[in-house]
Amino acid sequence: MTTASPPLTASAAAAVAGYRRLLRRRLLLLALLVAAAIGAFLLDLASGASGLSLREAVMTLVAPDAASRTSLVIIRDIRLPQAVMAVMVGMALALAGAEMQTVLNNPLASPLTLGTSSAAVFGAALAIVLGVGVPFIPLSWIISANAFVFAFGSMLLIQALSRARGAGSETVVLFGIALFFSFNALVGLLQYVASEQALQQLVFWTLGSLGRASWDKAVLLALVLAFTIPFSLAAAWRLTALRLGAERAESFGVNVARVRLWSLVRVSVLTGAAVSFVGIIGFIGLVAPHMARLLVGEDHRLFLPASALTGALVLSLAATASKLIVPGAVLPVGIVTALVGVPVFMLLMFGRRT
Amino acid sequence: MSDALSLHVHEVSVGYGRREVVRGLSLAPLRGGCVTALVGPNAAGKSTLLRTIAGLLPMRGRVSLGAVDLAGLSRAERAARIGFMPQSLPGGVALTVMETVMGALRAGGDAAPISGSEMQTRAALALDDLGIGALALETLDKLSGGQRQLASLAQALVRRPDVLLLDEPTSALDLRHQVVVMSILRRLAGEGRLVVAVLHDLALAARWADHVVVLSEGRCAAEGAPSQTISSAVLASVYGVEGRVETCSRGMLQIMVDGPLPPSAQKTGET
Ligand SMILES: Nc1ncnc2c1ncn2[C@@H]1O[C@H](COP(=O)(O)OP(=O)(O)OP(=O)(O)O)[C@@H](O)[C@H]1O
Ligand SMILES: [Mg+2]
Repeated sequence: MTTASPPLTASAAAAVAGYRRLLRRRLLLLALLVAAAIGAFLLDLASGASGLSLREAVMTLVAPDAASRTSLVIIRDIRLPQAVMAVMVGMALALAGAEMQTVLNNPLASPLTLGTSSAAVFGAALAIVLGVGVPFIPLSWIISANAFVFAFGSMLLIQALSRARGAGSETVVLFGIALFFSFNALVGLLQYVASEQALQQLVFWTLGSLGRASWDKAVLLALVLAFTIPFSLAAAWRLTALRLGAERAESFGVNVARVRLWSLVRVSVLTGAAVSFVGIIGFIGLVAPHMARLLVGEDHRLFLPASALTGALVLSLAATASKLIVPGAVLPVGIVTALVGVPVFMLLMFGRRT
Repeated sequence: MSDALSLHVHEVSVGYGRREVVRGLSLAPLRGGCVTALVGPNAAGKSTLLRTIAGLLPMRGRVSLGAVDLAGLSRAERAARIGFMPQSLPGGVALTVMETVMGALRAGGDAAPISGSEMQTRAALALDDLGIGALALETLDKLSGGQRQLASLAQALVRRPDVLLLDEPTSALDLRHQVVVMSILRRLAGEGRLVVAVLHDLALAARWADHVVVLSEGRCAAEGAPSQTISSAVLASVYGVEGRVETCSRGMLQIMVDGPLPPSAQKTGET
């Protein structure tokens, strides 16, 4: 059999040219998403109770020596870590949601709707309240390790159910909601026996807030992203093929079981990390992939980055809004994500050209 | 491609869970250069058999390509030699036809990955071959049933495997496209490939296939040349219909179905 491809026919040449145009348009959209995400990040940085303007915020960053002591503290120690955290948590949750939707073949899948986030919170709560944790893990890591282990466990359960014959995507989501309530009830139980201090921490988690962002958490989350994103992208073609059904992907030579397993590991790491640093922030993981899909389709080479960028964009906007909605107060961002995300999502859904 | 490409199915049993669907099936060797039609009633196990040959189901028995036991091949080796087109494509997929065909080329992670532009070229040519070059940028979801089937076929053909296993490649196609697809299958067989296609249309099988395997309840009810396998006896015993098979003035088999046989007249089979 020849491996060199025969000369292009006219209509094949037209198809290739058309495809390249489409690809260029989508790459442009991706670039626009980057710009929008940066814009939202700056907006987030410029807003806050202290009334520093965008110009002052940027000047403080560019020339810290010339800035006043207070603005330096506000920007460097409060706003910047929070804004950076918003970007990264948005990316992590959106990426987790995108991979879940593909691997479970379920458009309703996300860390929130399938109970993964709640499982992670429960894992974290176990560590905080009872000090129960994964053995041989240093104490400072126990909360995150627990969050991961429980997230992963719940993902395995969900995966087993998705593959059971006759379990449609709605059944899986119903099961996810059952997990969500079960873990929330278990967390509630732990709250009952928790000390005052642990209780405060738990509340923070169940609401989802960027208020406790710090540089060391940001660095950890950056490491998690730096470690997972390359693997996600390396699996892009395999994930794309999986959209055509497991059998077909397998017949292309894809080891579907392995792709699924590693994808769920990545989802669990991303969800576990996001939840253990900022608590449950819903909606991003569900909506960002849908928005990305409308923009660039489902070629995962574009879809995964577009999901991550959309997640960053939406969460930065939500973080900005959380500081502006009630003057002088900062709402938990988890409440705001729904308020910001829903209209954007609706707009995209109905504004789609046919 | 080896001259003596042949596919052997020996004592193959496959099932789902406890339930056995294909039972100790042995077939005469399927030959490269031939189009084999796999026919039989619904739930006879045709799709199951194709999946098994494609290596997608655990089985007992032996399937070999020439002297090579397929069970001993790695996933990549198997995918390089065998192309499989499942019966249906999932819905709700926001991929363009072009992307799905490129995915078919790229996803397996071959030892020698092809360049982006070669991938695009090959995908476009595969579409053009089936006459759906104009659909390259359409989203899978927006295609008609027949267009989807052609797109699905392109995914199996683009890898140019020696063995093609096609599960109902023509069931949703109009008359012209049926003939287009069957003549493409003939051409591929002419290149020495081994083509197995599940067909429900016996007239199509009689006209285009060299070899017919009739599957009934997981067993082989008849195999051989169309004129030997497609008969009124098979129509009655396998399909439960009353019909006549005659040779027309041009020497082609004509199949006329007159009506269903009363249940009592059918061969009784286990569930
Ligand atoms: N994934 C599956 N899990 C369990 N049972 C299955 C599965 N797929 C098929 N079966 C059963 O195996 C039997 C054979 O099915 P198969 O799909 O092989 O039939 P078929 O000959 O291809 O039929 P059709 O002409 O309707 O496509 C059927 O009774 C079916 O219920
Ligand atoms: Mg079938």
